[in-house]
Amino acid sequence: MLENYFPILLFLIVGFVVGAGCMIGGWLLAPNRPDKEKLSAYECGFEAFEDARMKFDVRYYLVAILFILFDLEIAFLFPWAIVLDEIGLFGFVAMMVFLGILVVGFIYEWARGALEWD
Amino acid sequence: MESIRQIFEQLFGYEWGGMLYTLATNITFISAIIVPLLLGVAYLTFAERKIIAYMQIRVGPNRVTFFGIPWLRGWGQPIADAVKALMKEIVIPTGANKFLFILAPILTIMPALAAWAVVPFSAELVLADINAGLLYILAMTSMGVYGVIIAGWASNSKYAFLGAMRSAAQVVSYELAMGFALVCVLMMSQSLNLGDIVNGQQGDSLLSWYLIPLFPMFLVYFISGVAETNRAPFDVAEGESEIVAGFHVDYSGMAFTVFFLAEYANMILVATLTAILFLGGWLPPLDIAPLNMIPGFIWLLLKIAFLLFFFLWFRATFPRYRYDQIMRLGWKVFIPITIIWIVVLGGIMQLPETVRGDFPLNLWF
Repeated sequence: MLENYFPILLFLIVGFVVGAGCMIGGWLLAPNRPDKEKLSAYECGFEAFEDARMKFDVRYYLVAILFILFDLEIAFLFPWAIVLDEIGLFGFVAMMVFLGILVVGFIYEWARGALEWD
Repeated sequence: MESIRQIFEQLFGYEWGGMLYTLATNITFISAIIVPLLLGVAYLTFAERKIIAYMQIRVGPNRVTFFGIPWLRGWGQPIADAVKALMKEIVIPTGANKFLFILAPILTIMPALAAWAVVPFSAELVLADINAGLLYILAMTSMGVYGVIIAGWASNSKYAFLGAMRSAAQVVSYELAMGFALVCVLMMSQSLNLGDIVNGQQGDSLLSWYLIPLFPMFLVYFISGVAETNRAPFDVAEGESEIVAGFHVDYSGMAFTVFFLAEYANMILVATLTAILFLGGWLPPLDIAPLNMIPGFIWLLLKIAFLLFFFLWFRATFPRYRYDQIMRLGWKVFIPITIIWIVVLGGIMQLPETVRGDFPLNLWF
């Protein structure tokens, strides 16, 4: 069972090596002649006004929260979908109740305008 | 294979021989996946430029040759591009967090390559035949967004930061739609193993592919895949006309190329997964004599090429979506459609066999 995962571990390592190898290859072969202007952040030719570690729109945070909720929902749906033939009508109705509760939450956030972008 | 194993055993003794044998064979298989994949990525960029050129009634790259062979005009282009990128300076801006700045491209390409570990190329050609294959793929495609966020934040540039925020919100939104569409596939196949999912689509013809009963889910999955790889028309994260190039604006040389490789590897991955989940993977469209003689591998490649063509076609055809339209499509169109489809499909599966009849087809006919 678990030894099936060994090639995956190896593949992850090889993937890292490919990425790192490309970067090292570029570092070895490419010229490296930095100067002050070249190393400044690119803002279409202007001097940067302030640091880029700035405030951001709260809606990105809201989307991330909603993503966590719905991703959990998917995590509950996966095992249910796989054994749906065995658990029959009772399992189906139970999941519909769960989905129904989450859909109420979804309608609430929709009505409150959490999904609006302008 | 056995003779290689014997050589290892004689050289290193039994215990070490066995371990080295596993290691060596696995590394060989992994290279047999990664090398063609990277070549495919290189020539996908060439195909993209050529196909979009022909759609715009021009010829695209046709100058660079291999060793001056005249009928290979243009085919040396991706190789020349790669060599050029390798020779370009990697600029690390002063304000950037150096460690994260260098780590981000590697973190982007690592999951894009590693996801291929569980992809079955034909009935027996699969590197890691794990039971949770689909879950693993979902995890790996989600990992890609870390690279984007880290790259955007580490650059310490406003455009990069905005691009990263946009990209992250977009990717997670469309991942929900993808996840719900996958639940429908799982309800049909009753297994997370990608090989079992393809075997579940076996039948006399393409009528037994999940494409037919799950057609809306196929559309949702494929369009979400286009959005998740930040491809046109959903490429606001790069938005060259507003935030110049998004999260990788400060990247140059090989660091930029690695992002580019990861994006195209992800495109091929999405096309492959769509082919496996909805278009019957390695199965021929009709189970008759000349078609089922062709190896399954070829069928899968043809389906991948067909779906990749759509990526390029979309790019040549559609104008870019506005950001609020993208979020509306993800949250207010795709997620409700998929939830309704899960309920409908589950309801039909609860009907007794005699009532529902010829199951996948009776959804439409």
